[in-house]
Formats: sequence, structure tokens, C-alpha cells
Amino acid sequence: MTARYSVGIDLGTTHCVLSYVDLDAGEDQVVLDVLAIPQLTGPGTIEDKAQLPSFTYLAHSAEIAEGATALPWTAKPEYLVGEIARNLGSKTPIRLVSSAKSWLCHAGVDCKQAILPAEAPEDVARISPFAATKAYLQHLRDAWNHRFPEHNLQDQDVTITVPASFDPAARELTVEAARSVGLVQAVLLEEPQAALYSWIENSEGDWRNHVQVGDVILVADIGGGTTDLSLIAVTEQDGNLQLTRVAVGDHILLGGDNMDLALAYTVKAKMEQESGKRLESWQLQALTHACREAKEKLFNQPELGSMPLVVASRGSSLIGGTLRTELTRDELNRILVEGFLPWVPIEERPVIRPRSGLRTAGLPYAQDAGITRHLAAFLSRQKEATGELSDHVLPEHASFLHPTAVLFNGGVLKAGLMAERLMQILNNWLQAEQAAPARLLQGADLDLAVARGAAYYGFVRKGKGVRIKGGTAAAYYVGIESSMPAVPGLPAEIEALCIAPFGMEEGSEQELPNDEFGLIIGEPVRFRFFGSKTRRDDAVGVRLDYWQDDELEELDEIEITLPEEGRHAGDIVPVHLSAAVTEVGTLELKAISKRDQQRWKIEFDVRAGEALKSS
Amino acid sequence: MNTYTIDLSLRPTTFDLWHVCLAGTAALLALVLIVVLVSVLLGMRRCKSAVPTVAPIAPQPEVKIVEKIVEVEKIVQAPAPEPVILKEATPDAALQLLSLLQKEARFIDFIKEDVSAFSDAEIGAAARVVHQGCSKAVSEHFTLAPVSNDPEGNRVTLNKGFDAASFRLTGNIVGEAPFTGTLVHKGWQVTDLRLPKLTEGHNAKIVAPAEVEL
Repeated sequence: MTARYSVGIDLGTTHCVLSYVDLDAGEDQVVLDVLAIPQLTGPGTIEDKAQLPSFTYLAHSAEIAEGATALPWTAKPEYLVGEIARNLGSKTPIRLVSSAKSWLCHAGVDCKQAILPAEAPEDVARISPFAATKAYLQHLRDAWNHRFPEHNLQDQDVTITVPASFDPAARELTVEAARSVGLVQAVLLEEPQAALYSWIENSEGDWRNHVQVGDVILVADIGGGTTDLSLIAVTEQDGNLQLTRVAVGDHILLGGDNMDLALAYTVKAKMEQESGKRLESWQLQALTHACREAKEKLFNQPELGSMPLVVASRGSSLIGGTLRTELTRDELNRILVEGFLPWVPIEERPVIRPRSGLRTAGLPYAQDAGITRHLAAFLSRQKEATGELSDHVLPEHASFLHPTAVLFNGGVLKAGLMAERLMQILNNWLQAEQAAPARLLQGADLDLAVARGAAYYGFVRKGKGVRIKGGTAAAYYVGIESSMPAVPGLPAEIEALCIAPFGMEEGSEQELPNDEFGLIIGEPVRFRFFGSKTRRDDAVGVRLDYWQDDELEELDEIEITLPEEGRHAGDIVPVHLSAAVTEVGTLELKAISKRDQQRWKIEFDVRAGEALKSS
Repeated sequence: MNTYTIDLSLRPTTFDLWHVCLAGTAALLALVLIVVLVSVLLGMRRCKSAVPTVAPIAPQPEVKIVEKIVEVEKIVQAPAPEPVILKEATPDAALQLLSLLQKEARFIDFIKEDVSAFSDAEIGAAARVVHQGCSKAVSEHFTLAPVSNDPEGNRVTLNKGFDAASFRLTGNIVGEAPFTGTLVHKGWQVTDLRLPKLTEGHNAKIVAPAEVEL
């Protein structure tokens, strides 16, 4: 059955959105729609909303009346997801699973182990980040199938977006979650690319007049939970404009939620000082909520000097127990603008404090809230990103890559003040190196762009529009012990062997026939695994014996176990490694036997063993 | 306090208002009874005569009877006015709205509280919660638009056949349409409604559950 719709799923850290294009609507016509997702908003009430909050609530059996969690397609869903989860979880945080997506990319944990909520007491039955991701996809699938019973989602072209900074293991997990709910055909797309696709689609063919050959577009995506940066170069081939994604940034856990929390803590301190009483945790929650609304008001109405904040009592007496304070424009500027977008020179780098030894198991949130510092570090690191493109010549004295255009995405940058400030700082850096100021690409829908772009991508994959080239955003290496004589007291030297070069295109494969490994049948063999987002010239088979600390990033170990099929346990089989990028967009590593060309898949997700080893 | 006792030996001495009413009612009932009886009788005759008209040979006198029947039909049709059906508002939607306003805006808490003991500043602080919440609840579930797009205070003209439900005339209503007057209030109409759906067995009467923190 051929697909009727191209469906884009934005599987966000805080919200999921599903957008779709009718492929039968006419030749080159793109009619994009966003699915209204039926979801529970409280026990017994169902509403249609464009966004599905990415939260799961693990309700106690006595908590909710029988039948009160029915959805149009099921009498009792396995997990409570969406608005109801966020609502119930705001009062009972120990049962709320949030940011499952960030856990997928968190090195050192097994994403299929039931570990969430991390702070839950013993008798709450936890679930894995993988199961939570699966639950959101399942809800979206069921909502779609309920709306389009004749065009099941399993039969449509589906694109799921992931952060550009997702490592191979996290990508693999996302695809696996999609497969497990029947979406075997789903492909992956990087979020900043999706945002750019949405901008292209939105311009209705006019985008060629807004960019020219030699442009480097910085896509800055500051969402609820994460900040994602990408660079896309505009090049020319046979007279046609082409787009090539040349660099992606690190996975930075920093976003709009941090900002609301920062405001709430500041206001809390002020209130406690005024009243001399400590605020309880539910009051802080209400304050965070009030701060978010006050922030939006202050950003949208520049004439307002301050916004009153009110925290109502929990009891039925509303007037007596209400606490009142206000958020001034000065505070907003000091905390959000100066705190998150500090005015820093391009040489500045994010501050990294050594983690304290007693850190509880949690997400590795960014330690430095200064988004501009992260941006400075990214642009400086990626100075060479356009080095191979003949149309892009960076001046000799340049200390960072000069973007010429900027595309914003994510809720935070909806605030004009924040967007302006970011542009000012960037242009200040450019001016210091006598470069022309970057211009802002207009007309993006910051909330829904990713889902819309993903739906449009299905259209592009049919050959009906410009496609962003890119391939893998990093080069990958396995660590092998070098054959140096051991020096007592020092760990064995390790060499990094390149197995997949930077920019490997989807559907291509690279073998490494000259480096052999002896694998023992039946015994798991592990390799240390590295990725580099800056080393662009390493070909397959290159061995590095020295590299700078920030060049190679260690990822989770990879593991291979050769099954015993027809062989004796303990035998040694010589193999070589091969890397392929699938059409779906995941990296696939294989071990190939020299003797009979038999292939075995190498697994990324070996965090289970890792966790056991360290515990 | 008045007490009424029934004494059958008493005879009325004067013809008072009650008796006039009683007599009138009796006469009216008698009249109704006669009309009903006559109509039933004539109806039965019509039924009987209807069968012969179908018969192939229709004698002359019977045609006259048919003419009479036409007259009777007029009598029967007269006392059958269309019953007026009033729309019954479903309680669930009303309860739902209350519940939404309470959840988002603490609406019931606010109006159920005795405001006389509090200062205006305190009431003002609480009113912000109510205002913010009501505005959120209403804008999330209803799309509102003004009925008239003219600015208030402008002169407007309503042509013949205007919708009297959308525009209410007040003041000096005389003459015929078109009417020209001042737009006092622009009116509101709901153009889209998105109320939550309820699961089977959901008790909408609980507009806010009691909360127990463990």
C-alpha cells in the first residue's frame, strides 16, 4: 500500500507534535496540517491539543477511579501520558517521568532499564526511558489511527526528528522504539534541519532569493529542555543552490524550563526575605507557573514595567491565603538576558566545575547557563567546518566560523528581546573581525517548525524539493590498545582507529579490511567507542595515537558477542569491522568474518553492563 | 388561620363570586362535552360514509354527504396547535464549565468567599488569579468574536430582515426597518467551541475533588 500522507513527528523533550502533508493533494502543492491529539487532561476529561506534553505519570492503583482514564481508542491505556501526566505530576512529582529523551542520550545508563522517575521511592514501579519514548509514540500512533482509520500510520511515510547532537546509540534507541509500535518505516531527521526545511516550505519557493552561495546558516534551536546548534552551508552545483549541514553542536541540557526555574528561585528568595517565612515546594511550583506567564507578558508588552505575581493558597479560601509579589523588568533582564545570554567575547568558554563526588544519579544538566558561551565555543571549535567548500573562504585572521544568516527555532526565541540580544552578540563578534553582520531569516513558526519540517521532508524524499546533504555529523573511532611496551603505573596507551569518517551519506558503507580482530566465540567483546565532531579528514583505517581533549568524545562502549552457531565456544574468529549509515539514519557497525564473510551486528546499547560494572 | 369544614346541611344564601365561577366552569365543561360528542358522532359518520365512496357505484345523495364532510374537517383541525418544544440544556456542559473555571481560576472559591472582611488590596490580589485563570479557560475552550465589527459609539443601520437574535433594539423603537441607531455594545458570539469530552461514568457534579496530601 502506498503512503497517502507524509507524517512528521517532533519527539520533543517537553512536547510532541505531529504534522502531516497529504501527498495526493496535487503535484507540487504542500498542504501542511498539525494533528489535534486527543489526550486526557485530567481524570475523566479528554481534550484535543496540538501538543502532547512528553510526560508519563505512573498512577497509584487507588488514585484514579475505574474507567476515568479511557481514551477514544482504549478503555485503559498502559501509561498516562500528555496533559494529564503533567497536571497530576505537578502535585505528585515522585510519580512523574519527564525528559525521557534526554536520558536516551545520557552516557552511562541503560535506557532499557526501569530507572525513571529517578527520585521515586522504592514502591513506585519505575519505567525505562525507552518505554516512556515508546508510550509517546504509541499515543501518537493511536491518535492518528483514530483520526484516519483508513490510512494507518504504519502505512504512511513517517519522519521522526532527533537532536542533531544525538549519539548513534540514542538514534538507534529512537528507531527501535518506533519499530516496537509498528512504525518500521520511520526515518530520522535532525531537528535543526527540520527547522530549516520548515522555513523553506514556508517561503513557498522564495527561499532562493533570501540566501546565496557562500552563506553559512546558523540554526539555533533553544527549546524547553535543550539547546541544539547546527551550521548549514549554501553551495552550488550545476547552477542549483544546495544545502549542506557542515557541523552540529554538543547536546546541551539547557532551555526555557531552566529560565522559568531561575526566575522562580529569584522571586522565592525575594518573598522569603520580605515575609521571613520559607516557601513550601508546592508554592515554588505555583510560582514557577506564575513566572512563566509574567515572563511572556513582559516580553510581549514592552511598555509594562512589572507584572504582579500571585501564589494562591491551596485551600478553598482564596483571598485570605494569597501571597503577592511582583516580577520587575529589571529582574527579568538581569536573570534571563544577562544570565542566559551574557555579553561575552568570542574567546569565552563555558565554565566547567568539577562535579562533586556525591552527585545523585541525574541528568548531566549544563553547568554554565550562559548560552552565548556555548555558542562561542561551538563557533570557535567549528572554524574549519567549511574548509572543504570552495565557495566559503574564511578570512585569515578569523578566530571562529562566521555565520552569515541565522534561523531561530524553539519557544525561548519567540521573545523578541532574547532573539534580538542573541543577534546583537553574534554580530558584535562578527564586527570585531570585520565581517558583515549576519541576518535573521524571517518567517519561522518557532513552536511547530520541527514537526512541519519533518512532514515536508517526506515530500522532499520523493524528489520534490531541495534536500539538505550532510551525512554523519561526526567521525567514529574504536579504541585499541597500542602495541607499545607497558609502562608500570601508567594505563596502557590507547589508539583510536577510525571506522566511520565524517559526513558518511545515508545508504553508504565503509569496510576496514586491513585491521583484524580476533573475536572469541560466545564471549562478549567490548570496544571503547569515540566520536569527533571536528576531525573531518580522517579516513577509514586511520589510527590516531594523539588527540586533543576536546577533539574526541568518549561514547558508550560497543559490544559484540559471536553466537555459537556451528562453532565451538572459545574458538577465535578473525574479523574486520565495517560501518554503514542506514537509510533510516542510524549508524550500523558490523563484524565480518574473514573466512566466510559472515556478518554480525555490533550493539551500541551496552550501558546495562556499564552500570553493573560501576555499581 | 382559616379552616374549612364541610357541612352539607348549609345552603348558600347569596350568589357570590365563587358560585359564579363554579357555574361558569360547569357551563364551559358542558359545552366542551357537547362539542366533543358532536365531533365524535360526525367523525364516526364520516368513517362509515368513506367506505361507500370507494365503492364503484356512488349514488347521488351520498355525494352531498361528502360535501358535508369537508365542513367537518375544518372543525377537527382547528384545536390542534403545534406543541412548543423548549431546548433542555444538558447539565454536563454547564458542570464542565464550572469545573474548568474552578480548576484554572479558582472561580468557585472566589465567589463562595465572604469578601466583606478583606481589604481591596487583598481582594485585588485574588482577583488576578481569577482573571488570569478565567481568561485562560475561556480562550482555550471558546473562540469569541464580536457580533458587530463597528466600533462602539458609531451609528449603525439595520436593514429589513436583520437577525433580531444577534441585534437587540432598545429605546425608541418605532416605525419600520431600516433602523439607524448608536451601537452601544458590540456583542459577543462564540464562533468555535472546544469543550473537553467526558469518559463514560465521569461524575461531572464533582467540579473540584477534595484534595488530601499524603
